[in-house]
Amino acid sequence: MIRYAMVIDTKLCIGCGDCVVACKTENKVPAGLNRDWVVEATTGTYPNLKTEFRSERCNHCAKPTCLYACPTAATYRWEDTNIVLVDPNKCTGCGACIAACPYDARLIMNEGYVSKCTFCHHRVEQGLDPACVSSCPTRCMHFGVLDDPNSTVSKLLASREHKALLDETGNEPQVYFLT
Amino acid sequence: MKRREFIQLSATLSAGAMAPVALTGCAERPLPGTGEVVRTPTVCNVCFWRCAGTVSTENGRPWKIEGNPDDLHSTGRFCTRGDGGLGMYTDPDRLKQPMIRVTENGQQRFRPATWDEAFDYIAAKMNRIKDEHGEDRLCLFSHGPGGSYFRRMLTAFGSRGYTQPSFAQCRGPRDVGFALTFGEGVGSPDRTDMENSRCIVLIGSHLGENLHNSQVQTWISALRKGATLITVDPRFSVAAGKSKHWLPIKPGTDMALLLAWMHVLINEGLYDADYVDRYVNGLDKLTAHVQQFTPEWAFTQTGIRPEVIRETAREMAKAAPATVVHPGRHVTWYGDDTQRSRAIAILTALLGSWGREGGYLAMENVNLPRYPLPDPPAPKNNWMQAVQGEYPLAPAGIAQKVIDGSIGDDAFFKGWFVYGTNLGYTIPGVTEKLQQAAQSLDLFVVVDTMPYAITGYADVILPECTYLERLDPIRNSPEREPSLAVNFPAFEPKYDSKPGWWIAKHIAERLGLGDWFPWKDYGEELDWQLRQVGSSLDEMRRIGVKKFPRTTPKYFAPNENRQFNTGSGKIELHSDLLADYGHDPLPVYTPPPTRPDEKHLHLNYGRAAAHTFGRTINNPTLFELMPENTAWVHPVAAGDFGVSNGEYVRLKNQDGVESLPVRIRVTQRIRPDSVYLVHGFGHKESQLGLANGRGADDQGLITRILVDPIMGGTGMRGNFVTLIPEEASA
Repeated sequence: MIRYAMVIDTKLCIGCGDCVVACKTENKVPAGLNRDWVVEATTGTYPNLKTEFRSERCNHCAKPTCLYACPTAATYRWEDTNIVLVDPNKCTGCGACIAACPYDARLIMNEGYVSKCTFCHHRVEQGLDPACVSSCPTRCMHFGVLDDPNSTVSKLLASREHKALLDETGNEPQVYFLT
Repeated sequence: MKRREFIQLSATLSAGAMAPVALTGCAERPLPGTGEVVRTPTVCNVCFWRCAGTVSTENGRPWKIEGNPDDLHSTGRFCTRGDGGLGMYTDPDRLKQPMIRVTENGQQRFRPATWDEAFDYIAAKMNRIKDEHGEDRLCLFSHGPGGSYFRRMLTAFGSRGYTQPSFAQCRGPRDVGFALTFGEGVGSPDRTDMENSRCIVLIGSHLGENLHNSQVQTWISALRKGATLITVDPRFSVAAGKSKHWLPIKPGTDMALLLAWMHVLINEGLYDADYVDRYVNGLDKLTAHVQQFTPEWAFTQTGIRPEVIRETAREMAKAAPATVVHPGRHVTWYGDDTQRSRAIAILTALLGSWGREGGYLAMENVNLPRYPLPDPPAPKNNWMQAVQGEYPLAPAGIAQKVIDGSIGDDAFFKGWFVYGTNLGYTIPGVTEKLQQAAQSLDLFVVVDTMPYAITGYADVILPECTYLERLDPIRNSPEREPSLAVNFPAFEPKYDSKPGWWIAKHIAERLGLGDWFPWKDYGEELDWQLRQVGSSLDEMRRIGVKKFPRTTPKYFAPNENRQFNTGSGKIELHSDLLADYGHDPLPVYTPPPTRPDEKHLHLNYGRAAAHTFGRTINNPTLFELMPENTAWVHPVAAGDFGVSNGEYVRLKNQDGVESLPVRIRVTQRIRPDSVYLVHGFGHKESQLGLANGRGADDQGLITRILVDPIMGGTGMRGNFVTLIPEEASA
């Protein structure tokens, strides 16, 4: 399996929400729904403070509990990669995947099927970065193949302290945050 | 009956029916970009930075906007607002047709009109003003590139009156302060060379929340390379969170800190002696002046510990000349703002960073000829002398003085064009004066895309189409490398809206001034201009952005001798010009207004990445991202007022003005003596379906205005608010 990863530098992220808007327009996500979002986490006491901004989305887990939970095989891996997609024609909207996702990354479309971040596989196929990554004005977001040790994402993870969210689930999430 | 009663547009027009949501059933949506995609070059107009990019439609429907990689304003990456620009086009609350104020049965209302009726009305009123008072009695309030056509039309008519609230309500003090010191200003985009800086100092400037694209990009690029960031802000801003040193200064005491930094640089011999010897005048006087401003003294004013003041001054000097003490942008704070900008300029000179890599560079634009036009009529009167004569050092129109100069029977100005600026939410404490001016003026025209509050005063409302539906003037703003960019319409104008150039041309033709717009389509003028520099409209339609080589150096050459455009020809630490006009030749410290009591908190305000002032709150995409502002308060203050996170309160200022209900955000990220609001919310116009009633308007709470005696700026940060919890039933 080819592992695509997103690596986001929280030291440079300004929490501007451009990734959210870029995703919505690129993917024509309806009003009221979002496939990605920005979390602001402030720790400490005035004046000794630390604020971390995180652009969050589906983690395209190497061990995706959503995929295991789907009773109709609507959730699937795209072309032997870790990119997890949903086939609306097979999705019954039962919500099992929503319950199984540790990240609350899945949403129900008005039509009744489940949707989520696709890592913009339609762009990846053309050699482009996902819309959020390629629009980010601070260039704090990176995308690439982890199996390639020379990719930017591999190099960043090799050289910088980082974390992934809810690692303890064993899902092997593939969105990393440089800290 | 009032001459002009304030009319809410919704009282006239029934809201347009919402387009039904198209349901596609359970069929899979096609992947984006698999249909017929058409791309059109655009120059963003969601803010004034004007990044160049591309609008994509798919199967004839709006799809997305992306940056143009050849554009240094954006380097191919638009910001949050730029990416959300399609919402400006799709907003169902847009102005849809011309409207004229009428009185029927003793009631004033707007009636829909044809463009011809609107033009006839305006031309007749302008000619009457000319006959009764003179042709120079009209004024343009403007924000945005499209104001230029109306300025052209009014200049041709004989009226030169022109003001942008971006001067006296925003960046004017720094323009004047830097010009007094270096003989030239900071310009826009700001000429900070942050991508090469090793130390960046932000004084209340909240880069990142203030999302001027290339400025944020160059700032972040410096941080990526390990630059030291020093942020002075009462709030733990986004920038403060990325800083090596955050100085949570007591609001309003920045000048004390700046003077103490000068004290340290001079007394520890940390300034750039070669640079000062070569280029600078007045070090002796400055040295004597700053002896009193020790870090220990500054601590008593600012709350910043003396050792932190010394350490940060040394950090600046260590990185110099690659140190930017950032000039800020909205700097009308306490009325001594030109002097504070002077202090920043003086620090910059001591660090030797003006004209040096990593400090301030010389930006360059393209030498683009203007389209040949007739000679304008000579001005009959000096309108600046007439309405703002007490500010001879102000190089531009002072918006609130122009308003004052429009009130009363003997007022200078008799007619207004207001282009793209919602004056009541832009200029503090001006609501009553707008009402008075509306009683005095003989003509009041508003040109806008949206039914903002200002339309309520108009005689005629002219609906301009958005930037996505029109040609705009060629973007030729100064940058690190010169370039031109052209904004092409991606869509036909919606409703009965029209491009600004078309509107101004038709008014001019009604006035017999058609030779000022001697073409059928504005594209002819742009094509002529582009051909003078070896391009064409056709080429620009293909490429969007055209780069040109620099013809001047970015930085001073080593050991170069230079003349500065000041009285002495040198960089002036001590300003004789200011002394001649009765102002302090060196910056002095004035303590800010103090809190009336423990129950009043400093009112501070700023911007958010999601919005441009109040102009985008109703944009459906950006509204969704940030539908209302919150009032930030420290947990201690929240405890004092007995309010908790998420609760609605009203803010009441020292003069008894109350805001709309606003949600409390309890956070450690602010001093316990301050409240912070994002500017632009609190619209009270029902015709703004999304924005109406959302959040609090900071501008309405700013009733104590601290006027800058040098350039007439309206200092807005001397106000205090108390929190009034909303009743549970409200």
